[in-house]
Amino acid sequence: MPDAQLRVFRGTPETPGRFEDYTVPVEEGMVVLDALHWIQANEAPDLAVRWNCKAAKCGSCSAEVDGRPSLTCKTRLSDFDLAEPITVEPMRAFPLIRDLVTDVSWNYAVNKTIEPFSPPDDVPQEDWRWQQRDIERVQEYRKCIECFLCQDVCHVLRNHETERPFMGPRYLVRVAGLELHPIDQADRRSYLKDEGGIGYCNITKCCTEVCPEHIKITDNAIIPLKERLADEFYDPLQWAWRKLRGEPAESAAGTPLPVLPHTDLPPAADGGVGPAGDAGGD
Amino acid sequence: MLLANRPAGPLETHPVDVLVVGAGGAGLRAAIAARDAGASVALVCKSLLGKAHTVMAEGGVAAALGHVAPDDTWQIHFRDTMVGGKLLNNPRMAQLHAMEAPDRVRELEKWGAVFDRTEDGRILQRPFGGHTHPRLAHVGDRTGLEMIRTLQDRAVRAGIDVYMECTITHLTTGPERISGAFGYWRTTGRPILFPAKATVLATGGIGKAYEITSNSWEYSGDGQALAYEAGAELIDMEFVQFHPTGMVWPPGVRGLLVTEAVRGEGGILRNNDGERFMWRYLPEDRRAEYAATDEEATRWVTAQSQGKQTDARRPPELSTRDNVSRAIYTEVREGRGSPHGGVFLDISYLPPEHVRRKLPSMYEQFKELADVDITKGPMEVGPTTHYVMGGIRVDAETGATTRPGLFAVGEASGGMHGANRLGGNSLSDLLVFGARTGKGAAAFAASLDGESYVDPVQVAEAGRALAVPLERDGGEDPYALQRDLQSMMQRLVGIYRVEADLDEAIGELEALRARWANVAVGGGRTYNPGWNLVFEVGNLLTISEAIARSARHRTESRGAHSRLDHPETDDANWGNRNTVVRQGRNQRMEVRSTALPAMPAALRELLGAAH
Repeated sequence: MPDAQLRVFRGTPETPGRFEDYTVPVEEGMVVLDALHWIQANEAPDLAVRWNCKAAKCGSCSAEVDGRPSLTCKTRLSDFDLAEPITVEPMRAFPLIRDLVTDVSWNYAVNKTIEPFSPPDDVPQEDWRWQQRDIERVQEYRKCIECFLCQDVCHVLRNHETERPFMGPRYLVRVAGLELHPIDQADRRSYLKDEGGIGYCNITKCCTEVCPEHIKITDNAIIPLKERLADEFYDPLQWAWRKLRGEPAESAAGTPLPVLPHTDLPPAADGGVGPAGDAGGD
Repeated sequence: MLLANRPAGPLETHPVDVLVVGAGGAGLRAAIAARDAGASVALVCKSLLGKAHTVMAEGGVAAALGHVAPDDTWQIHFRDTMVGGKLLNNPRMAQLHAMEAPDRVRELEKWGAVFDRTEDGRILQRPFGGHTHPRLAHVGDRTGLEMIRTLQDRAVRAGIDVYMECTITHLTTGPERISGAFGYWRTTGRPILFPAKATVLATGGIGKAYEITSNSWEYSGDGQALAYEAGAELIDMEFVQFHPTGMVWPPGVRGLLVTEAVRGEGGILRNNDGERFMWRYLPEDRRAEYAATDEEATRWVTAQSQGKQTDARRPPELSTRDNVSRAIYTEVREGRGSPHGGVFLDISYLPPEHVRRKLPSMYEQFKELADVDITKGPMEVGPTTHYVMGGIRVDAETGATTRPGLFAVGEASGGMHGANRLGGNSLSDLLVFGARTGKGAAAFAASLDGESYVDPVQVAEAGRALAVPLERDGGEDPYALQRDLQSMMQRLVGIYRVEADLDEAIGELEALRARWANVAVGGGRTYNPGWNLVFEVGNLLTISEAIARSARHRTESRGAHSRLDHPETDDANWGNRNTVVRQGRNQRMEVRSTALPAMPAALRELLGAAH
């Protein structure tokens, strides 16, 4: 089997970033993360890589491989033309810590602003009943492994040229999982519209394309949420009803999202492709 | 507040009532319980929140809810757990576990977990090895993800401070108790100190001591080693569970877990001759619990897949893990293995859509990583180091260790599972004892006045130990050390053990320890995995020695501990003794036996006539 050439981003915010080339012997079935581990064990013991399960279940090893946001643990070397170098860079939407590791703490801060699961007070748990078909969609949302690839590829978060924040596809999926739970009682629609900035999503479906769990983020989570909002805020009957009952449309949460700090990486040595680029063999 | 990092300062210090080290299921559940009891809580984890090993748990959480089998009770769950553990379990822990697991599972549902449903709309339960009844509440084959996400959201909402990507390297000790912990941020390498009234170790297992393991890099025995060095006792360290079914190919994923749910859903094990070999390996005294023919096993599978009750008994593949692992190992050793050194596991005789719905992540895992479609053909599987039954010795009621102020829970603790753990019992273990330990630690903290005082001399020493490998000019490579340790443990302290091998292992560990004392790394402190590995290898050396010495001490075979030179189970001499390890004089490791906690007559009756 031929060797693979890996062109890996190295650097910290304080030092100028650079790409280093490594020649890695290829075994059958090898993935990009195996190659990075080989580099650590043989060439660069201090190469910073975040990973845990190595089975596409924990969502730690996200990076951009030939410009495409990917889990390195399930990106097979056999999907690439090994005559060309494979470029591996950190996720660009988040501030760099070192090499392939970025600071994703912003995501955790966003998660905190979401109103949690709110079951009814007046139905004892012994009486909770729902069918498998009632939760298939919710279970699809809950497959999310929080790899943040959808956040990374999202052009709203990547560019965020606006001061108005956007929670990003990951957290729209989480809210969808709460809103569509058979017995959840909370109403997160104002939150989605105001703090969550759902209106910023213009349904380009880049997030769906990169989701390693194959969650149909746009079609099954974001669009249904947008439809709920349309009913709530733009349906004249709903509006009149709300007025009559004197219900405020304000969110109960009211916590503004944290601001996503800017990050700048140097361009890839070979001019890596932008978001949802289709370079790379898959 | 979530704290990924902190600005520079003299020494970053966070005094708390309860410090929880480890944010898998056990640590999260303990943190929530401590917070609910009114304690201030800091939760420290080596990775990002939500990435801990619990996320890998697939099959389900065992609890006698009785939704599928109305006859199921905590008493039967208790008996199954004790029988599976070869009666070496702490009976009080097994009792509390069986009694409280249903409430802990229902509590998760209340916090937002979305389990699969029965036809009448309740939490569905699936069968698993060693469990008399279908008992595992589950979400397809990603139950652990559902649990960790539910607990994580709950913990964050409860206002627990989470310190992500932070490693604890030392426990600080006072005259009367453990006074806190010292560590560093992996992101920056800066030191951090937690003066704590109570410290809970929830650091998980030790799988990275072995070459072939289902465990991630995090499983380096940190908690067990920290507790040992702080003077606490470890028990039953000879009992390391080799899960029967790990992937064997391709090389990069060797050891990766193939959930027992594959067998729970009807997966059949065959050797290279096409023989369903598990029929030959059923222990005689338990044969009556299993199907007698292929036809009966198939009837059982059909009933299960439709969620119906049946009088058919379960297939032989659902024997306990220790037994199935030895069977597979023996088949391979005797030349009846598959091309890549495993055996075949086949679920492809069931309808493809059923397999994809019940085992979605297995379907993905094999398709993406091994080019195998499990709905069309068999998987290749072999044993993989998975779980350690032994661990830090704890009090059943509160999780207190033998050192005041120090608590342990989950895989890091020992006693609950005896000589062999049943599948599904680890997730219920971490919920039941997570809640108890968090409460126990909070109560201990509440009994103390003022802030915890930490000895500055110990802190200075711990700080120096961090710097040494970075400052040393040339020395041992931590990656090479870890590789050598893993291949030695795999070779000499694996599924089958013999005294000469164990003696050799103890000698080799001494040599590896000497090399470790001279380890050196470059590259600075910022997110430097080589530097991080130094401390993990140090912990692995300690717990590997505990495993090897405990294995040498127990001259019988029981559960996951199989001695070729002592193949019999010797109830008279070993049936009521735990192996205990602690640090003795001159920092030598001491091994001895202590009596198993007595089992009240009422519990003993539950075990039935055979015991």
